[in-house]
Amino acid sequence: MTRSTVSGAAAASRSRRSRALGRLIFLGPGLTYLIVLLLIPLALVLSYTLFRRGRFGGVVYEATGENFTRLFDPLYLDVILSSLRLATIATVIALLVGYPTAYLIAMLPRKWKTVALVAIVLPFWTNFLVRIYAWIVLLSGPGLVNSTLGELGLGPFEFLYNQGTIVTGLVYSYLPLMVLPLYAAIEKLDPQLREASANLGARPARTFVSVTLPLTLPGVVTGCLFVFVPSFGNFIIPELLGGGRSIMVGNLIRDQFLKARDWPFGSTLALALIAVLIVLLLLQAWSARRA
Amino acid sequence: MLQITGVSRRFGDVTALADVSLEIRQGEFFALLGPSGCGKTTLLRILAGFESPDSGAVTLDGEDLLGRPAHRRPVNLMFQSYALFPHMTVAKNVAYGLEREKLPKAEVRSRVAEVLEKVGLTSMAGRRPQQLSGGQRQRVALARAIVKRPRLLLLDEPLSALDKKVRAEMQLELKRLQHEVGITFVVVTHDQEEAMSLADRIAVFSAGQVEQVDAPVALYERPRTPFVAGFVGANNLFSGRACSVGLAADGLGVLPGSSDLPDGTPALLAVRPERLRLDGGQNGEGVLKGEVADVSFYGGVSHVSVTVPGRAEPVLAATQGATPIRAGARVSLSWAAGDGVLVPQ
Repeated sequence: MTRSTVSGAAAASRSRRSRALGRLIFLGPGLTYLIVLLLIPLALVLSYTLFRRGRFGGVVYEATGENFTRLFDPLYLDVILSSLRLATIATVIALLVGYPTAYLIAMLPRKWKTVALVAIVLPFWTNFLVRIYAWIVLLSGPGLVNSTLGELGLGPFEFLYNQGTIVTGLVYSYLPLMVLPLYAAIEKLDPQLREASANLGARPARTFVSVTLPLTLPGVVTGCLFVFVPSFGNFIIPELLGGGRSIMVGNLIRDQFLKARDWPFGSTLALALIAVLIVLLLLQAWSARRA
Repeated sequence: MLQITGVSRRFGDVTALADVSLEIRQGEFFALLGPSGCGKTTLLRILAGFESPDSGAVTLDGEDLLGRPAHRRPVNLMFQSYALFPHMTVAKNVAYGLEREKLPKAEVRSRVAEVLEKVGLTSMAGRRPQQLSGGQRQRVALARAIVKRPRLLLLDEPLSALDKKVRAEMQLELKRLQHEVGITFVVVTHDQEEAMSLADRIAVFSAGQVEQVDAPVALYERPRTPFVAGFVGANNLFSGRACSVGLAADGLGVLPGSSDLPDGTPALLAVRPERLRLDGGQNGEGVLKGEVADVSFYGGVSHVSVTVPGRAEPVLAATQGATPIRAGARVSLSWAAGDGVLVPQ
């Protein structure tokens, strides 16, 4: 009796161990990849924030807090704030453009839905850099837009190399990431809820505000996050369409590493960027749990 | 009060409604009965304003209804799925329609409280729909629809999502409520028992057409089309030609029935199982003779199915309570001429 209980317990622990092993086999490759190529380099970079810069780049392992004090220098604070502003504007515009688009796609007949969704992700089939260069071709002084406007007797205009162009580029690049989660949320919504709202006397605008929008809010939050996160840290678009002046935190970080050779301060800026994004992600998780 | 004239609607190749005309009276409990896909829900959606007909007219109290958008119709619909707003409490759901009328807050509150009291959900006012049972959700949906005091209340399969016991309770409650509020109810259902027990009058639909409009008893006792005879309640149907004393049935001889059809008209004879008399033994005076194939006991009634030579399907007879008859017994079947209803084919 006793022996069978003991061996039962042993069997249970053995099966538990084999299940853990099974999980490890599946998780192992991904986990290894993340640890070696993301976590360790990230920890290394973040550890630099505590040290002094070397004269010709690199790090001198001498503890200091000056990197963090420097973060609050108006010069750099300005860059962070302006990045926040540009990313926010891009996100709002993407939401305003993306919501009607997603709504329309969700209302299409089934076979057209697929066509429309493929069209939305189609730009991703072309290299990101190439698409941004294409904007330069379009908007430059003698570019396609100006030459067309010239035919009509207008311009030429200076489209490129300002904050508006950066926002345009950000919206253009990340709009699909707004549309897809919104589409998923709207598509999931029971159409009878809209009918019930109309039946109870609500005009279409009221139905949207009181029923459709609150029930698709998780999609709105996800979409905004998907646009905001890559916009905030972006450095290619401000570099190419913004004329290469350090106006976004992404450029600043790159310049600290590659031009100023100040790795510790670059790391500190990167830490600040990650911190902002983590706060946003926590907010999103919190709002998702409430809904 | 509600006048539906010549309404037709097609979806591609499918005719959902073909020239449907109905008149529904003030304060009536009216049922649209039919199998799924017969067009009854399409008619309901036309009345609510979610669909428009290809042709035809609908007037409510003499005023054109079709020209008005859904949100301006004095018509409320209780959805089959209830369509309660998941992000609002019970009280908010019920108040939604009143808030759209821009009524003062105090009046909204008192009317919501009144209607929640009426459906027995006062204690649930602060809950979300997900926290309620099926029967409670159904009551919220009903409360939300009647709180606006519509001229017309439409109910789409109102009881189909409930289990049998709750359903019987809600049936009684619906009827009581309809009496209390005095609103005209139009209920769509595929369940003929539900239609019979609830409605003052029933319109039977088949393939987009109205087969018959009648009170439940008349519909049951005097079906006027083969579809109604087969769809409403259990029936034994014999096909043949009308004759002076009933029906000359194919392969079975003359069966008794009452009719005013001219002799020789192709017709169906319909006899209810409970109108059939079963006699044991060979020598009965029966109209038909056969062998018992199966006996099923349902408590209050027993169903006896009898195989009759010359007929493919068994004849169904219902007896009160348990029956001594066993499978394999030879029996004879008979009925009064008045219980055989002739329906032109």
